[in-house]
Amino acid sequence: MTTLTVEPTAAPTVAPKAFMPATIEKVSIIISKGSLDGVYPGLIMANGARAEGIEANLFFTFFGLDAIHKARHEHIKIATVGNPGLHLSTWLGGVPGMSSVMTHYLASKMEKLDIPSIPEFVEMIADTGAGLYACKASVDLFGLCKDDFIPQVQDIITVGEFYEKAAGGQIIFT
Amino acid sequence: MNVATVELADVARNDEGFFLDPSQWSDAMVPALAAQEGISYLTDRHWQVIRFMRSEYLEKGTGPTVRVLGKASGVSIKELYELFPKGPAKVAARIAGIPKPRGCI
Repeated sequence: MTTLTVEPTAAPTVAPKAFMPATIEKVSIIISKGSLDGVYPGLIMANGARAEGIEANLFFTFFGLDAIHKARHEHIKIATVGNPGLHLSTWLGGVPGMSSVMTHYLASKMEKLDIPSIPEFVEMIADTGAGLYACKASVDLFGLCKDDFIPQVQDIITVGEFYEKAAGGQIIFT
Repeated sequence: MNVATVELADVARNDEGFFLDPSQWSDAMVPALAAQEGISYLTDRHWQVIRFMRSEYLEKGTGPTVRVLGKASGVSIKELYELFPKGPAKVAARIAGIPKPRGCI
């Protein structure tokens, strides 16, 4: 008897779910790589989402954890070996110190464009109200704990908890 | 039906609500523009950001991004998002009657 009265009122609230909304309301961005070019895109996507008023969560996994690691986030480098986009021959890219030189060169170019360094950028993104989370599987694998991360990291979460937080939004893997 | 809303009704704006002609903007429109953004109470801090948006645009021809606002407006990133939860640069630009700021950071 009650179901008969509930169904008609329930129908309109269920119906909109069948349509894709015209705007993106929420994004969950996964950063899985620990190189400079692996970290920046996800940070830019997250910061840009918040600037548009889109809710954003950042989930750091595997070597992407370096971006929120207290001791490592200042030392994220660009790979000069196995990185065809740099157009450097492998033997030259492998010269000791080449990765640091290229990273330094890129950092100076970025500074001219007022692109923040990774530590500053991550802090800025936390200030925009985006959530920062570390992946539990990777944290366990690398033998890390919450104290290894910058204070802006809200929690170490499982993949299941990530999907709960990502519910109702878009997921971007980088 | 006050003066500000009547004038605002005559202003040409694009699909996203940004002024097509920033010279049509006036201080008197601000409360009504803010109300359209869901901001019912304007504080001095809102005004500080709105005036900064306006002056940056008039000086440079483009509105500041959130990063620039955080560095130069005197309002921190955290507070900017408290004042304009739906995106400080974007929302404040609409209220300040200037085009949408362009910039990736």
